[in-house]
Parts: sequence; C-alpha cells; structure tokens
Amino acid sequence: MTPAIELRGVTKRFLTPSGGIYTALRDLDMAVEPGEFCAVVGPTGCGKSTTLALISGLEPASEGEVEVFGKPVKGIADGIGYVFQADAVFPWKTVLENVAAGPRYRGASNREAREKARDWISRVGLSGFEDRYPYQLSGGMRKRVALAQSLINGPRILLMDEPFSALDVQTRSLMENELLALWAASSASVVFVTHDLEEAISLSDRVFVMTAGPGTVKSNYKVDLPRPRNVAEIRFQPHFAEIYEEIWKDLKDEVLVSYERQKRSGAA
Amino acid sequence: MNVRSAAARLSVRMHAPTGPAERPLPDLAARRKRYAQRRRLSVAGLRLMLGVTILGLWELTTRLGWVDVFFWSQPTAVAAKLWIWVTQGTDLGPIQDQVLVTMEETVGGFIVGSILGIIFGVALGRSALLSDVLGPYIKGANAIPRVVVGALFAVALGLDIRSKIATAAVLVFFVVFFNAFQGVREVDRNLIANARILGAGDRQLTTEILIPSALSWIAASLHTSFGLALVGAVVGELFGATQGLGELIYAAKNNFDTAGVFAGMALLAAMALVAEALITALENRLIKWRPQAVTEARI
Repeated sequence: MTPAIELRGVTKRFLTPSGGIYTALRDLDMAVEPGEFCAVVGPTGCGKSTTLALISGLEPASEGEVEVFGKPVKGIADGIGYVFQADAVFPWKTVLENVAAGPRYRGASNREAREKARDWISRVGLSGFEDRYPYQLSGGMRKRVALAQSLINGPRILLMDEPFSALDVQTRSLMENELLALWAASSASVVFVTHDLEEAISLSDRVFVMTAGPGTVKSNYKVDLPRPRNVAEIRFQPHFAEIYEEIWKDLKDEVLVSYERQKRSGAA
Repeated sequence: MNVRSAAARLSVRMHAPTGPAERPLPDLAARRKRYAQRRRLSVAGLRLMLGVTILGLWELTTRLGWVDVFFWSQPTAVAAKLWIWVTQGTDLGPIQDQVLVTMEETVGGFIVGSILGIIFGVALGRSALLSDVLGPYIKGANAIPRVVVGALFAVALGLDIRSKIATAAVLVFFVVFFNAFQGVREVDRNLIANARILGAGDRQLTTEILIPSALSWIAASLHTSFGLALVGAVVGELFGATQGLGELIYAAKNNFDTAGVFAGMALLAAMALVAEALITALENRLIKWRPQAVTEARI
C-alpha cells in the first residue's frame, strides 16, 4: 500500500534576511499510513512547522522528495486540510461564511456551501453561533471554526500545527476528544505537531521524535493504546506511563541540546 | 462607627452570596443607564456653555472696541449675514445652491479619489515589481504641496465642477492609497496561507482576503480623506469658480466683508459635521467585524 504521506531525504533551507542560509530540515525521512494519526514532537525550532509546510505544498523542499498518495507535491494539492497554530479564521467573515469558504472556493454554489457549512457547524457544536464574528467567540470556539473550515473540504490529510497550544487545559482536553471523534468518523491521515509529549501520546497511533534543528526524524514509536480513548483519563493508564518514559528518554537529549543552544545564542 | 455596626455589615456581606432572597441585588442596568443619561446631559451642558462663552467673548470684545470689528467681524454680524443669505440669497444665487455645488464637488472628489486610491494601493501592495517601479514617483508626487494642482486643473479643465472634483480627488487619492497599500502589505500571512489551502485562487485571494483586510485601514482614513476632499473642493473654487461656498468666501474677502467669510466658514463647518456623522456610520458598516478601529497610517 502506498503511504498517505512520504518524505524521503528531505532538506529545507531558508535564506535569512541577513543573506545567510538557515537549514531547517536535513535529510528527513517520514512515512504516514492512510488513516493514521501521527504526532510530531521535538524541541523548539526543530522544523516541525516546516515539515507541515512542505507536505501542504506551501513551501517547496530544497532537496529530496515529498509525496502525497504516491504523487509528488507541486504546489498546494487538493485533499489537504491545515489547522494553523495562530488564529487563521477570517475575522471579517461570520462563522457561517468562514466555514462555507472552502466549498465556495472550490466552485460550490453559495446555497450549497452554506447548507454544508451549517451541517459542519453543528458537528463541531457551534449551532446558534452562525452569525457571530470571530472576535465575539472564545479561543476554543475559534478553534472549532478552524476545524470545521478544514474538515468541510473532506481532506484526506489533515495537518495540525500546535492547534490547541493557546487553549486552557480543560478546553484543550475537550477539544482533543472532539478531534478524535471527528477523525474517527473520517478516513483522514493526521499529522499533529506539538511540543507536548502527553498530548502527542494520548492522541496518536505513532509519535515521531525530531532532533534539535536542523531537524530530522530521530525515531518513531508506535502507540498501542486502545481506541476510542478519553484523552483526559488515558494518561492514568500504566501503559501510557511506560510509553511516555520510553519516548521522553529520546526526546530529553534533543530538548537539552536545543536549550543549551538558546542559552548560548542568548548570551552572545 | 462602632464595633457592632461593623460586625453587622460584615455579616450582611458574608450572607449576601446566598441569594437575592435575603438581600435584593441592586439593579445595575438601571443604575448604569441613569449614570449614562446624567453624563450625556452634563456633556451637552458643558458644550453649550463653552460655545456661548466663546461667542459671548467675541461679541463683547468687538463691541467694546478691544478687537476691530472690521477685521474680525462679530457673531451677530455673521448671524445677520447668514440670515440675509437664507432669506434673500447670495450674490451668486440661492444659498442652498452654493452648499449643494460644494457638496457635489466634495463627494465627487472623495469617490473618485477613494476608488483610484484603492485600485492603486491594492495593485502596488500585491505586486513587488509595480511598487518598486512606481514607488519613487508616488513618493515624489506626494511630497509636492498638492493643493497647487488646483491651479493646473483650473486652467486645464475650466471653471466648472470637473476641476474641483479633480483637485479634491488628488488630495483624497494619496491618503487612501497609502492606507490601502499598507493594509495589503500588513495582511496576516497565516490568513493567506489558510485561504490558499482552502482552495482560493488569485482573484478570490484579492477580493476575499486582501481587500477586506485593507478595508479596515481604508475605513480608518475616511475621516481624514473626506476633510481633504472638502479642502480640495474649496481650494478649487478659490482658483476660479462661479458657484460654491469657496467662491462665496472668496467674493466676500474681495469686498472686505469679514462677516461673509465667517458665515461661509460656518456653513463649511456645518457641512463637515454632517459628513462626519455619515462617515462614522459608513465606517461602522465597513468594519462591523472588529471590536475596535485601527489607527490609520500616517503619511
């Protein structure tokens, strides 16, 4: 079976404003199966977000191959959903218009798009808020809008860049459970970037650990916890602690390297 | 205050949260409404007092001969002049015609200048090549004291409404242009990425992301640009016209009629205040999606 996402020997360099070259990713290999929920963890600045940008086609790779369902990525492909870390819902559109944007951009009629949007708004539990503007919503509600906005297009791949990092702990675990329910109802593969190892384990089937930048995949771990899961409770299972410990041993070194580097560049 | 009453107050406070049955909550909404009403009244009162004081001092000093009436006129003379204009018309014709002409020129210039400003601002904001090529020219043109183009238009376009609209449009253009340009440049990169992932093409990106984002900047500049449109219209009339408030003021000045100058100014101020209210309404419509207005770009 062809993997949903495959990155082979991918390197990504950026030009810095001062004219230097910054290598964000180096020789990265990664494969995600169809329908698999993967989490990517790693220290700050290891290129987690860059990985997502490459898969989505927002950025081209400098070297190596990026393939989605066996086809090389050239520009933004169909069938991809992307939930950004910062708020990326359109502030001048109401909830309904925001969620209806995707189908409209893809050629659906206004009526069709709105009908579909209403359905998705109720699926993420925002019925009654269709006519609100984003500034009138809480952070958690805006994330729901962003989720509905992405999922309405029926993506086969959902990329999520620390989507819940700005939420308070309670809202966060509620959103995580809802995300799992929505994902279970779809057949999408998910790549979920986070710096929180607990979140990574409780959500995913597989955890990729990245090295301190320039990032590459250091190791990957299968998470064989049973589904359906309750994110708020699964961390009390003894097996969860075992997995956590195993991955943390691996991750810890990278975090320390990254931390030392930051300290040094801060002192310089 | 003795100890017992303090204790009593304390116990009341401790029991208060158990429910409204024990102690009715104060009606906060009514209290706030009363307070707002009182505040509105006191603001209106103070405003009136300030106006009366200024006009009174003006009248008094000119009557006492401390200030020369010939040069500075006086409120009663200005009022009399306005009354004559309203009842008998001006030298140029009925007063409402003069107001209307200036209004037409202002609104015309405002619309033409805004549309051109938005088109150029968005185009240059989108294209780095265009903004690099045209940038110095626009900055240079902006550095010229722009009211002087009124003289050029008076010659080239004649004494009718077109030259005033052109002058007003030039003044409006730069304000709107810079705000639209800035607005497009400041668009959140995440929003663009999100729209592209959701499937937006180039045109949808412009109409659904760039222009709405720039609109909040443009809306913030509307107050300034409408004021400048009025300046453009009046300056255009000063350079040569047959009708309008600017021409009326110009004619009064030539007759050493300072009351006429002040009367014209009063009408312009009234017009500007009405327009201000309309623009505030327009602004609220344009940016109803955001809690507070952005501050406009300074040129």
